[in-house]
Amino acid sequence: MSGKKSALEIKNDPDFIELKKQKSTVSLILTVLELVLYFGFIALIAYNKEFLATKISGAINIGIPIAVGTIFLSWILTGIFIWWANAKYDVLVKKVKDKVGGQ
Amino acid sequence: MQQTTIGHVHITSIAFFVFFVLVTLGITYWAAKRTRTTKEFYAAGRSVTGFQNGLALAGDYMSAASFLGIAGLVATKGYDGLIYSVGWLVGWPIIMFLISDPLRNLGKYTFADVVAYRLKQRPVRAAAAAGSIVTVLFYLTAQMVGAGTLVKLMFGLPYEAAVILVGILMVSYVLFGGMLATTWVQIIKAVLLLGGATVLVLLTLGQFGFSYGELFGQAQKMYGDKFLEPGGLVSSPLEAFSLGLALMFGTAGLPHILMRFYTVPDAKEARKSVFYATGFIGYFYILTVTIGFGAAVLVTQKVIMGVDKGGNMAGPLLAEFLGGTPFLGFLAAVAFATILAVVAGLTLAGASALSHDLYVGVVRRGEANEKQEVKVAKIATLILGVIAIILGVLFKGQNVAFMVGLAFAVASSANFPALLMSVTWSKLTTKGAVVSIWTGLILAAGLIILGPTVWVDVIHKDDVAAVEKQLKDLDADTKAKIEALEKQKVMGQDTASIDAAIASEKTQADAKKKEVNASRPKAIFPMKNPTVISLGLAFLLGIIVSLMWPEKEAAAKYEEEETREYLGIGAE
Repeated sequence: MSGKKSALEIKNDPDFIELKKQKSTVSLILTVLELVLYFGFIALIAYNKEFLATKISGAINIGIPIAVGTIFLSWILTGIFIWWANAKYDVLVKKVKDKVGGQ
Repeated sequence: MQQTTIGHVHITSIAFFVFFVLVTLGITYWAAKRTRTTKEFYAAGRSVTGFQNGLALAGDYMSAASFLGIAGLVATKGYDGLIYSVGWLVGWPIIMFLISDPLRNLGKYTFADVVAYRLKQRPVRAAAAAGSIVTVLFYLTAQMVGAGTLVKLMFGLPYEAAVILVGILMVSYVLFGGMLATTWVQIIKAVLLLGGATVLVLLTLGQFGFSYGELFGQAQKMYGDKFLEPGGLVSSPLEAFSLGLALMFGTAGLPHILMRFYTVPDAKEARKSVFYATGFIGYFYILTVTIGFGAAVLVTQKVIMGVDKGGNMAGPLLAEFLGGTPFLGFLAAVAFATILAVVAGLTLAGASALSHDLYVGVVRRGEANEKQEVKVAKIATLILGVIAIILGVLFKGQNVAFMVGLAFAVASSANFPALLMSVTWSKLTTKGAVVSIWTGLILAAGLIILGPTVWVDVIHKDDVAAVEKQLKDLDADTKAKIEALEKQKVMGQDTASIDAAIASEKTQADAKKKEVNASRPKAIFPMKNPTVISLGLAFLLGIIVSLMWPEKEAAAKYEEEETREYLGIGAE
């Protein structure tokens, strides 16, 4: 089976190692950002309700845009991942795949 | 506001609903001809596009519970409802960053395919199937009870009839149309739900000059500043953190969500579908929160809670207020369609765990042909349909909100850790994965049952009521005694001795109260959300066991797994 042979051949390929590194780094950074975003919000609720109650305009307090912003930013982060995957990652994947004559 | 017609049979809602059922059954008939192989039954022949799957994922996730429940929570509790809606969304980016690519590239039909990829098939599949089935059953029960209650509330149909109707329809979609029909039911429902909610929000904002400032201003005038600020929903920081973990990682461990990744052709489309799904779901939650605040202002909490104590009818009541009976009818039909679509997705996920993982993977040791597997999957669908109907009837009138919490706790603690470790950690072993899954499953379910939500509020509900009654009687008794003594005071008797008698009555009452309170049923485990413990230990024990008993074969296969995980070489 060519699949197994490919695996042996590419495990030391510098492009493959680079690709794994990039994927882990980007995934890790974005995951940490998302965790900070959400658990930061939870920490504010748990420890600093007064801050969230600060009025910014009329009846609206800062807690409302922060909550909606958490939802919006989460989506933006998925957008960043997609952009990176399409522009960089998939290009690298194709390069490595071509090298090993994969499908 | 005028008298509500909720609870009466509406010709409009029945018309909309019948139309929905006819269209979806038509789709099922069309899909049935394209549902013969396992790939077609479980994964719609991998023919779904990223955009379509994004809508279907959103459809699977936007249950009637979130549509009606979040709007109701916001209408009755204000800002606290918003906290929940944020929690329901944040699992999606995690799915994309950590598991979307490996899940799609390594698996075939279920997430157990991925966990078992380089480990010993039977023990891992058995454990993963248990995690899936438990998650699906809790979720399914909550949805069935919700369906019965909702249909009774909205259409006036008897509870049991509603549950049976839902059961029959969901089995028909899955049994005949497999994943293809289920996906299209999901897509249609998602479009209807997003469209209906958008119209409702536009009508709502129209009442406030399209200004959120005006809407919140009115809400503040009616219910005070507190309504717009975080309140008592999140009590202790640890509980808050634990709930956050369950919501975030539970999403990434739901079998019916994970299964959708196999309906698209490749990892690229899988990623895309998560992007679309996150957008749709985020947009939907912003809509439901707006609907909740709008309902609080326009319909008023008093009316909402008069119809349903939990506030679940906030959305429909607002629709009736703004768009009259036809719009209420439309939204009622959409809510029913929502439940139908979600239970169909759950049933398919449960059936695939039973047939693909348990029957083929464990019982037949991977030796079964296509025909046999599809047949078993269909039998499993029927069995699950019957179980769902029985559970729905059995839990009639019970508060089953905790079951969704249970499903998320189990999904986050049993399914997610093993899945994440299997794709990121080369040293994970069969023993480690199995221990991790069972630890998460038993702890999550066990601690919730021993905790305040089930042990006190469900199992010892009557004892709590008895204690409350005793306390009330005691109060009334003391009050009467003191009043009698006070009367003597007016008659001009010795004030000092009467005061002493009153004081002694009070201390006696306090002592008795304490005694009664001591007999109040207490939770064996103090936390409502045990996820911080169950998820933490699932990871920890999985790691310790893997390190203590290394598995050479599994580690050796990791390199091959990686080429498939990253490059998609050999992916199905």
